[in-house]
Amino acid sequence: MALRPIKSILALCFSLFILLQPTNILASEPAAATAEHANKEEGSFNVTETILEHIKDDHSWHLWGHTSIALPVILYTPQGFDVFSSEKLVDEHHEPVVYKGKFDYKLVEGKTKIVNAAGEVDVVASKKLWDFSITKNVASLFISVIILLLVILTAAGAYKKTGVTSAPKGLQSFMEPIVLFVRDEIALPNIGAKRYAKYMPFLLTIFFLILTNNFLGLIPLFPGGANVSGNIAFTMTLAVCVFIVVNLSSNKNYWEHIFWMPGMHWSMKLFLAPIELIGVFNKPISLMIRLFANITAGHILVLSLVCLIFIFKTVYAAAIAVPFVIFIFMIELLVAFLQAYIFTMLTAMYIGMASEEAHHDHHPAGEGADKELVHH
Amino acid sequence: MFLEINPLVLPDIGLVFWNTVAFVGLLVVLGKFAWKPMLKAISDREQGIEDSLAKADKMKADITAMQNENEALLAKAREERATLIKEAKEASEKMIADAKDKAKSEYERIVADAQVAITQQKNAALTEVKNQVGSLVVDVAEKVLRRELSNKAEQETYIKQLADGVKLN
Repeated sequence: MALRPIKSILALCFSLFILLQPTNILASEPAAATAEHANKEEGSFNVTETILEHIKDDHSWHLWGHTSIALPVILYTPQGFDVFSSEKLVDEHHEPVVYKGKFDYKLVEGKTKIVNAAGEVDVVASKKLWDFSITKNVASLFISVIILLLVILTAAGAYKKTGVTSAPKGLQSFMEPIVLFVRDEIALPNIGAKRYAKYMPFLLTIFFLILTNNFLGLIPLFPGGANVSGNIAFTMTLAVCVFIVVNLSSNKNYWEHIFWMPGMHWSMKLFLAPIELIGVFNKPISLMIRLFANITAGHILVLSLVCLIFIFKTVYAAAIAVPFVIFIFMIELLVAFLQAYIFTMLTAMYIGMASEEAHHDHHPAGEGADKELVHH
Repeated sequence: MFLEINPLVLPDIGLVFWNTVAFVGLLVVLGKFAWKPMLKAISDREQGIEDSLAKADKMKADITAMQNENEALLAKAREERATLIKEAKEASEKMIADAKDKAKSEYERIVADAQVAITQQKNAALTEVKNQVGSLVVDVAEKVLRRELSNKAEQETYIKQLADGVKLN
């Protein structure tokens, strides 16, 4: 019901957009002639660069205008650790400059590299450089960890204070339905009542970490704004953790279904083994890419719509862009929750599959195949 | 390398490292101090609710059973009362009937006795009358016999006189 006005606004915007398009194309034609010329000008607008800048990690945390927070750079070099502030890597115009520590460092496309005396990147030396800097993403991750610790420990403490017999209150009543959701909708049906309790802390931590970072990533201003859950390193770490946990909880039955699928002809078994083996690695990789791609795509979408204003170089484009941005933001809110749910659900499913007891019926293969279909 | 093409899909070792630290730390701390106590509290509460419900159900069943028992007892009592009343009525009726019978028989006995007594007395009276009549007759006869001898006419009047006298008796 509440969506009706939004729908009509969207419809209006769509029609306006379509109506205005030809005029825009016509208008941009003479501009196109001077485009190359304009590109070289100071302050020309590059959409791809702008968007990537927002998506990518950074050594400093941009707040507004020319204000940004300098973050510590921690480098591990063959000569030991080198720690300094990131503001030393840029000059007052935010252009990268050489910083002389144990080596000469310079930012090249946002990454710290070792340069030689002439200011060129020393590829061989740079390969031995390990960057453990507290970047924007790391700082944002730490903020999310602090938020999680505060919120969840407070909520958990309430159980000690009020006892178990009283109804949940405040933060507790916010957390409890989510915890119950993870338990009853994710862990119990996928892992089974016998073993689910062991994996609950893992699943809950994954769920809340992804959820918090997804939401933080949607906030454009300071405590948010970093694209942590849309960063491949973040999703990869979680996926590796899932991979380790799944394999640690695997049993003989699981590996038998991978290498020697029961109830099949031997030729089929030979054929299925490599496919199933790929599946072992495929599952965490799919987790990694799904979360990364979904969150990054959402951010790119929102940024692209905002960039429309700068592409058309008119403030009226905001009439189209802003409602769309709001619409996409709504979807992103849903996606933020959905992706946390899917990641956790699939993790639980993989754990459940790996630790499933052998079936003692006559058609285990058929059931296995059904499961595979569901999972992929 | 393929990954070098797009910087977005190239994981930074720094973020991987810090993320591992953050995630493992979070898992350990929250697992020990938040999730375990929280889940335990929740399951305790659920267990408590379940137990309370079971208890309530049991109590309800108990109460129902008690009510049934009470009703059964009441019904039994009512039945017993009815039986008692019926028995009492029967007994009283029987008593009345018995009393009537007894009274009747007593009455009959008394009547019979009275009749017997009456008969006896009558007989005794008759016997006495007979005896008296006999003795009177003997007396009269004696007197007649004594007079007869002297006067025949007088004798006859005298007999007549005597006879009248007897009648008077």
